[in-house]
Amino acid sequence: MTSPYPILSILGIVIAALTIAASLIWVERRLLALWQDRYGPNRTGTFGLLQVVADAIKIFMKEDWIPPFADKLVFIVAPAVIFVTVLMSFAVLPVAPGIIVSDLNIGLLFFLAMSSLGVYSVVLAGWSSNNKYALVGGLRAAAQMLSYEVFMGLSLMGVVILAGSFSLPAIVEAQKSMWFVIPQFPGFVLFLIAGLAETRRIPFDLPEAESELVAGYHSEYSGMKFGMFFVGEYMGVTLISGMISVLFFGGWLGPVLPGVVWFLIKTFFFISFFVLLRAALPRPRFDQLMSWGWKVMLPLALANVLLTGAAVLMWG
Amino acid sequence: MVSILRTIWYVFLHAFQKRVTVQYPEEKPYLAPRYRGRIILSRDPDGGERCVACNLCAVACPVDCIALQATEDENGRRYPDFFRINFSRCIFCGYCEEACPTYAIQLTPDFEMGEFHRKNLVYEKQDLLIDGPGKYPGYNYWRVAGVQIGGKKKGEAAHETPPVDVRSLLP
Repeated sequence: MTSPYPILSILGIVIAALTIAASLIWVERRLLALWQDRYGPNRTGTFGLLQVVADAIKIFMKEDWIPPFADKLVFIVAPAVIFVTVLMSFAVLPVAPGIIVSDLNIGLLFFLAMSSLGVYSVVLAGWSSNNKYALVGGLRAAAQMLSYEVFMGLSLMGVVILAGSFSLPAIVEAQKSMWFVIPQFPGFVLFLIAGLAETRRIPFDLPEAESELVAGYHSEYSGMKFGMFFVGEYMGVTLISGMISVLFFGGWLGPVLPGVVWFLIKTFFFISFFVLLRAALPRPRFDQLMSWGWKVMLPLALANVLLTGAAVLMWG
Repeated sequence: MVSILRTIWYVFLHAFQKRVTVQYPEEKPYLAPRYRGRIILSRDPDGGERCVACNLCAVACPVDCIALQATEDENGRRYPDFFRINFSRCIFCGYCEEACPTYAIQLTPDFEMGEFHRKNLVYEKQDLLIDGPGKYPGYNYWRVAGVQIGGKKKGEAAHETPPVDVRSLLP
């Protein structure tokens, strides 16, 4: 099921992903402000919407400084890696029937692979900065990704067992009668937590941890290179929210409204939820993070796969 | 686990609460009467300058932003020849107001002093002097001080009895 005009849907998805990621700067600041009883940016344009433009102009005008002690090549490549890997993942994200860049039969595996590659960006950035805080941030990112990647994949296996396919459009089609969030609720919770860790959002932002590590892996970055990390993070949030709605909430499925609208509504709901978590939760200690990952989440994910498999074998 | 969910729920409920931000240029914040803002020099109820140019404010100022020169008028009443406050240095600590023996220098609830040029923040005496007595409406230093000036002899001040003529104290 590919679109008759593949170029159109490729362009559409890339532009939409970038626009949404950029406007998330505004969305996040306004929502955070709402939950902290403030207003947030409301001066530039209507409701402060032009804040995105102002931020973009500011970040483009900033000095793009490469520290003399940094490993130049890696330092430049690192922010591009996160951008590329996240954009690659958008290729398999089904927005609506036919609106997908590439309907891979292993779409889910491709998404997992690309989001794992994203950690290279953070680790290389931390390493090439030649700065102890950046390096600690990069190390934390590596350890965190390693431990959360494992059960991220496992938490999705229940969905794969139920849908019988790794292809994302097929997974959406399999949810016609019931969203997978109901039979796969533990899987949903685990994937949500793993997705948070994957995007390095606030309860799991130990790689940047501005209260301990200056700014972690991107301490030495400025100008548009920093902007790339920033937009990369927001695109990651969009991607994970989109994946949650595709895998557990029936993607484009929904009454009355067209599929794209349903998909966007669900995605925005989870983006807002990510922001809510940022407003509400503190950052755990690093050893807590690791021990939850390995001692709680991983066994839970395994048990979920085991039970789902047994149930499918028994009644499926 | 339950506490985490409860936290998320309570934070979510804040979406329906009143926002505490004061939208400043449109909506002015409440400033207490004793707010320490722009410095002024006040006058007596009868219109004379209160400042006696004693320099205590300049001494008390931790950033040395007050400069003044004392002089005397024909009545022997001291007043500042010039009085200059450099507001680009002033930290609005209020020590000058505390030091002032005549309630002349006072801080007011006004902070909107933005300027494009730094030198415009140097206020001269005509910028600082106001027409009224400020926070102390009835107070007149020269009426209560025991100092003799033109138009007020010894013993004519408020709460003061005329000086005793020591030669009349004969046994």
